[in-house]
Parts: sequence; C-alpha cells; structure tokens
Amino acid sequence: MAEVFVAAPDLPPPPSTVGVIGWLRENLFKGWFNSTLTVLAVAFLAYAVPPLVSWFLIDATFIGDAETCRAAGGACWSFIGAEFKLFMVGTYPNEATWRALLSGVMLVVLFVATARHMMSPLVAAILWLLLPIPVYWLLGGGFGLEPVEPSRWGGLMLTLLLAVIGVVVSVPLGVLLALGRRSRFIAIKSLSIGIIELVRGVPMITILFMATIMLPFFLPEGVELGVLHRVQIGIIIFSSAYMAEVVRGGLQGVDKSQHEAAAALGLRGWHTTVFIVLPQALRDVLPPLIGRCIALLKDTSLVIIVGLLDFLGIAKAASQDPAWLGFDAEAFVFCAAIYWTLCFSLSRYGRSLERRGHGAFRD
Amino acid sequence: MKKILFPIMAAAAFMAGSASAGTLDDVKARGQLNCGVSEGVPGFSIPDSSGRWVGLDVDMCRALSSAIFNDDDKIKFVSLSSKQKILAVVTGQVDLTSRTTTWTMKRDTKEGVDFTAIVYFDGQAFMARKELNLKSATELDGAAVCVTSGTTTELNLADFARANEIKFEPVVFEGKKEAVNAYKSGRCDALTTDYSQLAAFRTTFPKPADHVILPDVISKEPLSPLVKHGDNQWKDLVTWLLVGLISAEELGVTKANVDDMKANSKNPTIQRMLGVSGDYGSYIGLEKDWLHKAIKATGNYGEIFDRNLGMGSKLKMERGKNALWNQGGLLYVPPLR
Amino acid sequence: MNDIAPPRTNPFAADKILSAATQFLVVAAVLTGGYMLFVTTQGNLEARHIESGFTFLGHEAGFPIGDSLISFEASDSYGRAFVVGVINTFYVSVLSIIGATVVGVIMGVAQVSHNWLIAKLAEIYVEIMRNIPLLLTLLFVYGVVLAGLPSVRRSFEMFTGGYLNQRGLYLPRPLPLDGFGFVLAAALIALIGAVALIIWARRHHDRTGVAVPSVRIGFAMIIGLPVLTYFVVGAPLDWELPALKGFNFKGGLVFRPEFAALLLGLVVYRGAFIAENVRSGIQAVGKGQREAAAAVGLAPGRTMQLVVLPQALRTIIPSTTNDYASLVKDSSLAVAIGYPDMVSVGGTMIGQNGQAIEVIGMWMAIYLAINLVVSLLMNWANLKAQLVER
Repeated sequence: MAEVFVAAPDLPPPPSTVGVIGWLRENLFKGWFNSTLTVLAVAFLAYAVPPLVSWFLIDATFIGDAETCRAAGGACWSFIGAEFKLFMVGTYPNEATWRALLSGVMLVVLFVATARHMMSPLVAAILWLLLPIPVYWLLGGGFGLEPVEPSRWGGLMLTLLLAVIGVVVSVPLGVLLALGRRSRFIAIKSLSIGIIELVRGVPMITILFMATIMLPFFLPEGVELGVLHRVQIGIIIFSSAYMAEVVRGGLQGVDKSQHEAAAALGLRGWHTTVFIVLPQALRDVLPPLIGRCIALLKDTSLVIIVGLLDFLGIAKAASQDPAWLGFDAEAFVFCAAIYWTLCFSLSRYGRSLERRGHGAFRD
Repeated sequence: MKKILFPIMAAAAFMAGSASAGTLDDVKARGQLNCGVSEGVPGFSIPDSSGRWVGLDVDMCRALSSAIFNDDDKIKFVSLSSKQKILAVVTGQVDLTSRTTTWTMKRDTKEGVDFTAIVYFDGQAFMARKELNLKSATELDGAAVCVTSGTTTELNLADFARANEIKFEPVVFEGKKEAVNAYKSGRCDALTTDYSQLAAFRTTFPKPADHVILPDVISKEPLSPLVKHGDNQWKDLVTWLLVGLISAEELGVTKANVDDMKANSKNPTIQRMLGVSGDYGSYIGLEKDWLHKAIKATGNYGEIFDRNLGMGSKLKMERGKNALWNQGGLLYVPPLR
Repeated sequence: MNDIAPPRTNPFAADKILSAATQFLVVAAVLTGGYMLFVTTQGNLEARHIESGFTFLGHEAGFPIGDSLISFEASDSYGRAFVVGVINTFYVSVLSIIGATVVGVIMGVAQVSHNWLIAKLAEIYVEIMRNIPLLLTLLFVYGVVLAGLPSVRRSFEMFTGGYLNQRGLYLPRPLPLDGFGFVLAAALIALIGAVALIIWARRHHDRTGVAVPSVRIGFAMIIGLPVLTYFVVGAPLDWELPALKGFNFKGGLVFRPEFAALLLGLVVYRGAFIAENVRSGIQAVGKGQREAAAAVGLAPGRTMQLVVLPQALRTIIPSTTNDYASLVKDSSLAVAIGYPDMVSVGGTMIGQNGQAIEVIGMWMAIYLAINLVVSLLMNWANLKAQLVER
C-alpha cells in the first residue's frame, strides 16, 4: 500500500515580514533612501511637536485674563472665549444677535436638507435662491425689526453672508454667461467670452477695488450703495465668471445624443436647454461647483483689504484690543481652524458626491 | 440681467434731470447725517468701549447733526481708509469727511472736494525710542521709518529727506494701525505722522515713557473737514458751523451757560449767534437757533478740545497753536455778522 | 453627373429675421448701456473736477517706495513708480512659480511614496494648506513668524557673512571684477555644449541603443567649466558684505520681510495645490504601466522617471497652468502686507491722485497680458507632452 503524502504544515513566515516589524520594514525602512527619510522625519517631529503641544495645550490658559495668560506662557484660549461674540458677529448689537443666530440656523438647515435630498432639486434650487431675502431682513432689520447698519455686520456671520449670497446669485448668472458663450449669435457669444475672460484674468482684489472705488462713479447722482453691497456685487461678478466656466464644462459634457433625442421629440431650442441639457450638466459638475464654493469662501477673506471686518478682519483687529495685546497667534490659529473645518467639510461632501455617482466620470 | 440694469438706472436718472438736490436737502430727507471718520485714531475719531464714536472730528459731526436735527446722534459714522477719505465724499457715500485731512491745493482744486474751516493746526513729526538718544530727525539717516500710504505724510517724508540730503528706508503701510504696530514691534526705528496722532497713539503703548516725539515739525498740516465740490450751500453751512463753535469760545458761551446767555445776554454778537436777533440760520438753510442747538450738544471749541485732546482727556495735550488768537494761538475766525 | 443646385435660402425667412432682430436688440442695448455709463461717469467726474486721461503718469510721484529692483526716488514720475510695481509683481511671481513647483512636485511625489510616514506628513501638509485662505497664511507668516525674528542689534549671524533679523535677510553681494567676463563666457559655452551633448546623445541612443549619461556630463560641464575658469583667471569676484551702520545694515543683498512673507506664503499655498495636481496625475497613470515596467525589469526610481512622470505630465500640465495663472493673480495680495507690487503702488497712486479709473484700467490690461502669455506658454508645453495617439 502506498503511503499517502501529507505535506508538512506551512512554516510561519519569517518574523521580520509580518506584524509590526513587517509593516515597519515595508513602509518605513524599505531601502536606505527611505530609511534616511524616515529617520529625518522622526527627528523633525521630535523637534517640532513637543513645543507645539506645550504651547497649544499644556501651558495654555483656558480661563483667565490677559495677565494669567502672559504668566502661563502658552496659548491664551481665554482670549478667544472672551471675544467670542466679536469673532462670530463683529460689532452687531447684542440685543439683535439672536437674528444672526437664526439666519445661521436657517442656512444650516437648508444645507442639510439639500444634502440629504429631502426635496426635489427644483424646490431646493428655488429655496436657495430665495434664502437671501429672509436673511437680509433678519440681519438688516426694517419691517418690524430694529434696523442694524450693515457697517456693524462682521465676523464669521459676514464671511458666510458674503460667500453664500455670492454663490447663490453667481450660479444663475454663471449659467446665463455659459449659455451666452455657447450661443450661435456672434454678438452674444463675443460679449459673454469678453466678460468671462476679463473677469477671470484679473485678481479678485482689483474687482473689489473697482467695486468699492469705481462703482459709485458709474451710478447716477443720488443713488447710494453702501460698502457692503458694493463688495457683495464685486464678489458676485467675480464668482459668476468662474461658475460660467464650470457650467460650460458641464454643458459640453452632455452627450450630443441628448440634443438629438430632444430634437426628435420636437422640443424647441430653449426647451431643450432648460429641461434636458441644463439639469444633466449641473448634476455633472456638482463636485467642481462645490470646489468653486470652497474657493469663494476662502476668497471672501480679501474683503479686509477694502475695509470690511469679516472673520479674518476681526481676528486681526481683535488682537489689537488694548486689553488683549500680543495674542495675534491665537486669533489667527482660531480663525484658521474654523476656515479649515468649513472648507474641509465641504470638500469631503464634494468627494462623497463624486463617489455617489455625481460628476462627469461616473458610469 | 446686468446688461439691462445699468441703462435703466442711468436713463431714469437722466430723465429726472441732472441738477442735483443739495446735500442739506438730502440729509434732511434722509433724517441722518453720513459722516466719514477714521478707522480709529484716539482723540479724533474712535469708538469707545460701548461702541459710541468719540473724538474731536466726531464732535464736529455731532455739532452739525444737532444744528440740523436737534439730536447729536442722527449720524451714520463711516470708517474710511486714507485712500477712501476723499473719494467717499466725491461719490456721495458720505456728506462730509471729518478725518484729520490736511487742506492742500491739489486736493482742493483737483480732487473734487472743498475744504471748510480749519479745526486743528497740526504738523508732521517723528516718534522714536528714547534709548536711541536722538536729538533731531536729521539724525535718522539710514533709519527705517514707518509711514501710511496715500497721505501727505508720505510726501513730506520724501521731501524732508531730499531737503536734508539724508536717506530713509521707508516702510509703507495701507493703514495707520499697521504702521503703528510695525513701529511698536521694532520693524521700524521711527514712526511719522501728525504730531497730535503720535501723542494720541503713544498713550496706547504699553510703555509710553519709552518713546519720545522728536522736536522737528516738518510740515504744516491744517486739518479741515471736507465736502463735495459744487454744493456751495452745504460748504457754507459746515464752514460757518465750525466758525460758530470757535466764536462761541471767544465770547465765553459754553454748554452750561448757553441757555442763560440766550435769555439774558446783552452782547449783540451773542444775540446774533444764538438767534435772538436776526436770522442768520436762514442764510445757510437752518433755523434761527442752529448754533444754540449745536453748542448745547457739544459745547464750544474749547470744551470739545478739552474733552477729547486736552486736560480733560487721557492725552493731556496743550492747546499750543490751537488756542484762540488772543491767547497765543492761531484760531482767528471771521465774524458772525 | 451634375450636382443638384443647393436650395435657395430665403434671407427674409421668419426665423432669420427673428435671430437678426434679437442680435440687433442685444447689441443696441449693450451699446446704449455702455454709452449711458460713460456719460454718467464723465458727468460725475466733471462735476467733481477730477481729471481724466493718462497725463498724470508724467507728473512727479512724491512718495517713496521701500523695496524696488530699479532705482526710484520720490522725485521720479508716477509712470516710473508703476513700472517699479510691475517689475516687483513679475519678480515675486516668477520666484514663487519656481518655488511652488519645487514644493508641489516634492510633496506630490511624497504623497504617493511607499514610506508611510513621509506620505502621511505630505498629506497633512497639503490638506491643511489647501483649506486655509492664502491671506490668512500671509498675515500669519508676516505678523507672527517674521515679526518674531530678532531685532537688528541682536541679529542672527550666518557663517557666510549674512545676517537675519526682523528687518530682513542680508547676504553678501557678489561684485564682479575684471576677469569675470571670462567666467560668464565659460558658463555660456558650457551651457551650449551641454544642450548639444544631450540632443546628440538622444539621437545616438535612438540610432544605436547605446545610452550615454549625457545629463550627468552636461551638469558637470555647466558647473565645472565656469568654476575652473574662475580659479584660472584668479578669482575675479569681490564681495560686498552687509555691515551694521547706524540703524540698519548697509550693503549686500537685502530681502525684506514683506517680500519674504509674500514669497513664502505664495509658495506654501500654491505648492499644496500643485502637489494635489501632481499626485492625481501620477495616480491617473494606470497600474498596468507600473506593472509592465516592473516586468521589464525597471527599478522603481527609473519607472517613475521614464514611464510614470512623462505620462502623468499630460494631466498635470493643464491644471498646473491654472495654478500658475492663479499664483500671479494672488501676488496682488502684496497690498495687505506692504510689499510694493503693482496693485500696492497703484493703490497709493489712487490715494494721492484720485484717478482711480485710469489706474484700474492699467491693472486690468497688464494682468490680462500676463494671463495671455502664461496661457500661450503652457499651451506650448501641453502640446509637447501630448500623447501621440494611434
């Protein structure tokens, strides 16, 4: 009778290739070049991280006044706490702060509702377009509410206001410009291209200067427009040109067969555009549109140069307050943290959209 | 949409006629005076801890508001940068700019504005650290000097350097506060701006005694509120209001005694001033008791100075050139008759 | 065969009239709007007594400029002041483009590295810098980092004879003496020689398959020949050393904190974006390419150099074009920290002169011109990197 061959059990892999040691060898120490890099990186971290941690946390003061902070030597987070209202809404009157809060809540609710598809895209679009009206009423007053001068709107509230209104108004304008650019009428086409390329070719700061300094010259006698509104118009103009390019990409991406099918069904020119092409185009470019929103949110920080006290402006000004001198770093770090959270979350949302099937490269 | 809006607006304005309504009528219709001020200069225009604007320039606007509305707070204060201070008036964003602006020929003739009355005789000076032991600004050869852009300060600095054949390293900033901060942090050896502002900012430093203002006053800086060119009635109104405040000090009319003076004074000039005789208010489109209302709200020039810059304030500055002409200063105003 | 004559088009057909009418109306509306705008503006300017026209460019500026590559006195004209600003814009833009590209490539390649630590660190850097506004980074670098440098009297001294303090970075300036022309000539010869060598080596390789390390030889030539000449001619270089005289350091090359902050901010910010482009470009090259290269026996480094990067450039170049153009526009943020670029100087001119419309017009013209040039250059680079499809 033949012996049945039973293979000996597999030997375990050499210890240096599995487990922690294996991971270390593979990822950190593969070859002399990588190993040197790892060593340098670890040295850098050992040098840089402990002082940062002690500044941020260990020596930091969370409650206390300026004296306590200076004595402790670390970060002065109590400064942020003390001036929190200033950072959030600027010099907005205390009694009316609930209105700013309510506007913020409305914004968040609308955003979440849109993100979770709680309503049809058309309804969502209409709600977004209408959002500026209650927000301006709440913030500005009138019709039953105490009026509050736009010069007192500031802080994070102002940043969000400029960015959100900027996006909401510039998307329809961008669509118009993009359609104009693809128009077969030479006059409209050239005009659209001219506007788009002109606005995209210059820095935002020149548009802001133009809006704040030159716009009043263009207006007839007696027509007054506050600084805030001029800046908002500048932001809208700037953003529209970029939105136009994004939308144009989407329009180009809609397959020709869609146009042909629509024609076969007997739909006329603008019907095709509005009901067939645009919805598809907009859905395709949702991720880049979100990208533009993030860019606009960051760009609104430039309004400090034309004198508006938005979030960054307040951070810069708050550190000049005689009661809290010398804590610029804390103000900037706080400001950076909030901006980062907002932008990063938006970009995550954009990426999740791409994964979920929006975007031009979906199957 | 954009393409249609402007033509419609422009057309409407044209059809309504291009003659502009006077600024006074606009202000009265609006029920509010738009007053352009600085971004925060202690003593001249700065919000206090409760957010209310105070300062010499601010009080001029408050006097104006009282003269028109009998209320010293029907004002919208618009913070203007150096770059905007003239354009804001030209474009009508503000009715006047009361913002430590120097009266120069170029501004008066070529930039679309008119100046009113001089409210402060200032001059440009330098501030440096005491430890440098400087006796004069001419010793600043090679020094880094912080200066604000778009001001006469910047031009005077260059002229001073040329005239004395020294070279500075100018560090130019958009806003005065940045310039002051840069000087504080040691980025520059010296800071230059108007004398009064150097003194005012010094009081906000952690160690004021460590800084000294050098004795050279290198320019004349007559500070005057400015209005839009072309509206003569408004210009006259602002000018004579300021003159009135100074005249009130000359004649001893104060906030405390103005009611009493109006009722009992036998001095014909005071009677004219406060509306007891004649109707000088109507010459500038206001009511008879225009100056009475103003003085009641802010006091006369001396009281305004004292409260904001003088002994009654943190700055404790001497009247110096800003005293009345018969007390050794330069304030000599035309008579109210 | 005779072709059938094409149908006659009726120039008076209804839809043609409609489209012509629409175009006419639009053009008429725009022209009218433009005209009214012009008239209103003219009216406003005249009523206020503000000058128009570009004659002011010849007038004396009167204001000083702190940081300029060409000489500028306050007695020079407005026009020259603006030119100083434009030169500064170019200067900081070109240096930032170079810096940001270097940082971007390094960080982009690092992100796809096998080394987990390096990849993670690069990722953290990119994710942080991309999501913070540039202005904030700029103000932070200027106000916190650079302001923290030591004061002039306590400058940090470097062994090369340079000094670092809160007023700037001072380095020795090379002063060429008589024989220096030879060194320059040698450098030029070496450069031409190296380029010729590389071109020849490539052709030789195509023909015979023999590889010549032309790039390395070329580098050696470019560095070695001038250095050799330098010593042979007797070291014809003098150095102007910065020295503390009075208030500040005099002499040598100076890099002011405003310039340094702007450069650093731009490089660090755009570098993150370029890193993202590089990363996605590299990752877009199909895995099959890497596997095929490994199958053929190429080492990972050579794979990256010969296979992955050339293909990755296809997608990297267009998006990087945008980043370069954005970078030039971002340099206008110099106005926030006091570096006299075109916008900053123009702003001062508006403040001193009131002629805002002319200055804004000049800005737009120059930025559009720069944009055009950058687009053209990158289009050319793009063409070079395109795939030759079957």
